[in-house]
Amino acid sequence: MNKISSVIKYIFLSLISFISIFPFVWMIIGATNTSTEITKGRISPGSELINNFTKLLEMVDLPLVLWNSAKVAILTTLLSLLIASMAGYGFELYRHKTREKIYNFMLLTMMVPFAALMIPLFRIFAKANMLDSHWAVIVPSIASIFVIFFFRQNTKSFPVELVQAARVDGLNEFQIFFYIYMPTMKSTYAAASIIVFMGAWNNFLWPLIILQSQGKKTITLVISSLSSAYFPDFGVIMVAIIIATLPTVLMFFIMQKRFVEGMIGSIK
Amino acid sequence: MNKVKKRGLEKAYQKSGWSFISIAVVMVLVFNIYPIVNSLMLSTMTGKGVVMRFNGLGNIKRLFVDTVFQTALKNTFTFFIIQVPIMILLSLIIASMLNEPKTKFKSLFRTAIFLPCVTSLVAYSVLFRSMFSFDGIINKFLLSIHIIADPIPWLLDPFWAKVTIILAITWRWTGYNMIFYLAGLQNIDPSIYEAARIDGASKFKQFTKITVPMLKPVILFTTIMSTIGTLQLFDEVVNLTGGGPGNSTLTLSQYIYNLSFVFTPNYGYAATISYVIVFIVAVLAIIQFKIGGSKDE
Repeated sequence: MNKISSVIKYIFLSLISFISIFPFVWMIIGATNTSTEITKGRISPGSELINNFTKLLEMVDLPLVLWNSAKVAILTTLLSLLIASMAGYGFELYRHKTREKIYNFMLLTMMVPFAALMIPLFRIFAKANMLDSHWAVIVPSIASIFVIFFFRQNTKSFPVELVQAARVDGLNEFQIFFYIYMPTMKSTYAAASIIVFMGAWNNFLWPLIILQSQGKKTITLVISSLSSAYFPDFGVIMVAIIIATLPTVLMFFIMQKRFVEGMIGSIK
Repeated sequence: MNKVKKRGLEKAYQKSGWSFISIAVVMVLVFNIYPIVNSLMLSTMTGKGVVMRFNGLGNIKRLFVDTVFQTALKNTFTFFIIQVPIMILLSLIIASMLNEPKTKFKSLFRTAIFLPCVTSLVAYSVLFRSMFSFDGIINKFLLSIHIIADPIPWLLDPFWAKVTIILAITWRWTGYNMIFYLAGLQNIDPSIYEAARIDGASKFKQFTKITVPMLKPVILFTTIMSTIGTLQLFDEVVNLTGGGPGNSTLTLSQYIYNLSFVFTPNYGYAATISYVIVFIVAVLAIIQFKIGGSKDE
């Protein structure tokens, strides 16, 4: 009886693992086949990889597109980490009734879906004449409430004695933040940077609204527009998907532990 | 003297408290709170583009006669009602299997099942589109093992298009939820399972009587997160089915997007629909808190 249930367990887990991984294999095989072969479900590798890649380079300015994506993702990550960690630290370390109320109210607004924000946001940036600018993509996600929440949760494990000792040593409050808190919380920053970077790199709806000219588009937008063509070339698209997925997959394998910590850190 | 100094310091600290949070709070105010309030105001207005006039409850009345809205609402609800429970249950089962001390290759399974989470929503939607084409790999596989006799019109039929969307979202997010449950399960003392086993409790009993009750807060958290996520479904439908065939997979978010940025913009009416989502999320969150948060059960 026990043996049977154990066998079922392994079959089940293997099946789920296979389903989880298969689309990745499909993507790599697809990149070596023609569009027709892909939609006809050819599962063996072909010899079209170079051809697909060359076609992609002809269709889009790939270095520019990747530069746009990297610029948006990296600037979002740096600014968000700085501003959200300061806020998380401020809320947690200096307790105050009014600030506690502000914090709880902010958490409540996390429940409001982005769809309810996008029209006023669009109108703000239209008024500021910032449509089609990368900054308009970056700015609204800098003060992410989720990241503030993430830093506050993690700051709970930051030893307050360090702050007191630093005060005795004559450091001012900002010096304490930059010289004591930041280095101590390295792993929290690493985890948060993964979440924010992934979110910005993969973001679709907001860049879709803001970025209109070809030269400003990010890789995610390019994949979407390639696939919405009347006759999409899936071979080319597969190459683009591999390129777009590579940075996040690499991040995951290099920093797997931080990655997972980053995701669950929020519910500690 | 000392007291005065202490009070002065306390004041200084309070000041630093404010300065640490100030930039973030101002930005949240401008880019979150203002849009939320502004959307609510817009929802009472109507008009094309920038020319808008007060419309009172007119937009809400329009919801009752707008069949596209009703279709989008129904679709969004269908995705939510079917997809979220399936995914939560599936990830709970996987997590409790991986949590058993005797399970081998744990980290291998965990890594594999988590991997879909690193893909972008656009990328995986397009991938799924290529896999679920009529002559595609999925149909080819199902035909070859004789589960089906004729190919399934995944993306061409209103019913199957919905199924495809549900399968796709489940693929992308099951591993994500599993990670939360695995973390939660680490806080359960293994000796509880040991004791249950000695008492002759079946695996199923252990699951329903120990795992689920102990993980209740985590389940509540993930359910609310998934609810919010599913109700604002956008990337997947746009890139996998384009809302079609017909409007059979059109979601509320996509309809809002179309109303604001594809058709001649009617920001007022679009804002009204966005508040329908806000309203549904609020009601569902309250219900979920009532069910999941009660301690006496």
